[in-house]
Amino acid sequence: MQVTNKLTPFFENLNFERDDNTMVINFGPQHPSAHGQLRLVLELDGELVVKAYPDIGYLHRGIEKMAENMTYNEFLPTTDRLDYIASTSNNYAYALSVERLIGLEVPRRAQVIRTMLLELNRIISHLFFVATHALDVGAMSVFLYAFREREFAMDLMEDYCGARLTHSAVRIGGVPLDLPEGWLENLATFIAKLPEEVKTYEDLLTENRIWKMRLEDVGVISAEDAISWGCTGPMLRGSGVEYDIRKEEPYELYEELNFEIPISDRCDSYGRYLLYMEEMRQSGKILQQLIPMYGKTEPQLMAHSPQYISAPKEEIMTQNYALMQHFVLVTQGMRPPVGEVYAPTESPKGELGFYIKSEGEPYAYRLKCRAPSFFHTGLLQELLVGTYIADVVTIIGSTNIVFGEVDR
Amino acid sequence: MRKYTPKDNVQGKSYYTDRFWVAPRVPSEAIEVGSHFDEVVKALSKEVTIDDAFVQIGQLRIVVDAGENYKTLQVLRDACGYKMCSELSAVDYLAQDGEFEIFYQMLNLDEAKRVRVVCRIKEGEAVESIVPLFKMANFAEREMFDMFGIKVNNHPYLKRILMPDDWEGYPLLKTYPLEGDEFASWYEVDKIFGKEYREIVGPENRDPARIDRYDSQRFSRVGYEVPFGEKIDKENEKENPIEYSETLLVDYNAGSKILEKRR
Repeated sequence: MQVTNKLTPFFENLNFERDDNTMVINFGPQHPSAHGQLRLVLELDGELVVKAYPDIGYLHRGIEKMAENMTYNEFLPTTDRLDYIASTSNNYAYALSVERLIGLEVPRRAQVIRTMLLELNRIISHLFFVATHALDVGAMSVFLYAFREREFAMDLMEDYCGARLTHSAVRIGGVPLDLPEGWLENLATFIAKLPEEVKTYEDLLTENRIWKMRLEDVGVISAEDAISWGCTGPMLRGSGVEYDIRKEEPYELYEELNFEIPISDRCDSYGRYLLYMEEMRQSGKILQQLIPMYGKTEPQLMAHSPQYISAPKEEIMTQNYALMQHFVLVTQGMRPPVGEVYAPTESPKGELGFYIKSEGEPYAYRLKCRAPSFFHTGLLQELLVGTYIADVVTIIGSTNIVFGEVDR
Repeated sequence: MRKYTPKDNVQGKSYYTDRFWVAPRVPSEAIEVGSHFDEVVKALSKEVTIDDAFVQIGQLRIVVDAGENYKTLQVLRDACGYKMCSELSAVDYLAQDGEFEIFYQMLNLDEAKRVRVVCRIKEGEAVESIVPLFKMANFAEREMFDMFGIKVNNHPYLKRILMPDDWEGYPLLKTYPLEGDEFASWYEVDKIFGKEYREIVGPENRDPARIDRYDSQRFSRVGYEVPFGEKIDKENEKENPIEYSETLLVDYNAGSKILEKRR
């Protein structure tokens, strides 16, 4: 212990004052570029990180516990709060796993709308990534441009479901609403403008000397490490592994759509940034193909499955049996068959999947949310070692972690 | 007769159950001869004993002995191409069998196939860590320990991850109530002020619409005004010309399902 008096005051970092020793600093949990509630304990030798310890759990709300105490439909809006930048992808991943569990076929129009929402959400999430990542690194103007465009995308979301952030726009068995009048035209206007906008960000960043100096060869993850650490999404494809669940294990309409999966062999933050840019273009391309598909579909929005899904409102109001069945489903909740399911989906951050263990009761016996950001945070303890303190923020930004789904 | 509430599972339950209703099961298919999964099972059965293997919703489910979890995953990774472990966690079956079910969700990146390796351990037993095989298990096994209290042998840093380090109890056990146990409800009070302040601070009230009509510091009066901080109680209350419904104070700690002793 230190003996403190007026001549030798208390040194917080006494170890650092000694020769050949390291300084321990605390990064977060309230640091603006910690992307939420990340606390990093960094051990520094000069400016070099020699040890990094990500401390998580500051946003832990026990969502998996809540899932065991809620009926399947009750839990759906809670999934919004996982990755709150891209709520639809959470809603969808959950709905998909329940649908696979009960073996439900979703009507074609609902599939088109869902795929549209998923891709629109991917654009929203990627715009958020570019904006905040650039802001972390020090490029202020990209933030403003990207957020302007993100507002237009969120306006589209708001037009469809009324919410901008927590959408709950996907239901188990379909979607609750049809597209409003003029929505497709607005979407077409948005995606027509998108490539130009992406070009604007690229003009500002891609060949920018400072941007390249800050990102190139920073946060290098080899392909083996990325696989071993359970990296998915752009983190995996940025290390040269071509794996996109939309292509490899297609769900919804991705099998029929024509799009490309960009990969990068650079393994660094710069490569990952390029991927995000290209993925936005590809999402625009997917949306363009989806618009004509919508017109060719029947107007049915929710799957017909009286045991699990309530009938449409008109039937409930006119037919006795539909009303009874709706009453049972609302008061008791659906009872999926006994079994377990793991349904992976490609969320903007990576592989988002829900493992559901059902014991045939209206409450899930166990629900495990496989959140991509959780594993990307785990990677930080190895990735940050050997980098300089100035690069720490770049690397955290480039992993694109969102604490809603890290802590759950 | 009062309804019996089981103490070993305090999670949400349906208010209505039909005794004669038999829940349907998700169909489990046999493994097709010559398929990819068939090869996986063949390669595995050379090294480990497989208790059960079938395909469910497009994914292979293999049940192995808990002592052979490391070996199984090693064979899967090196011989069958399952290079990524996407998820691992546990399911609490203590009430039924006194066991935990641990699952490892494996992914083959080349074939786009998924295998779930399942093993069961008795309460108090430990499993071998798979961190040498998959580094993602570092965080995932810590979370499993944090949520279920399952010890993992040879883990580099087995410590709570989501809950605070000084937390008592394992939140995802079926015996742990959703609203938390006694330790959880007094956690902040005990930590900041000390146990002797429990009486003074009082239990946490989670009713967001709570109104305490005798608290003149935090609530404004309906009907007539009183000076800030004035002590008012039921006896000395003036007659109130406005009628309004009384919101009862709900003592959440009195009625909740808190167990005397948790396992």
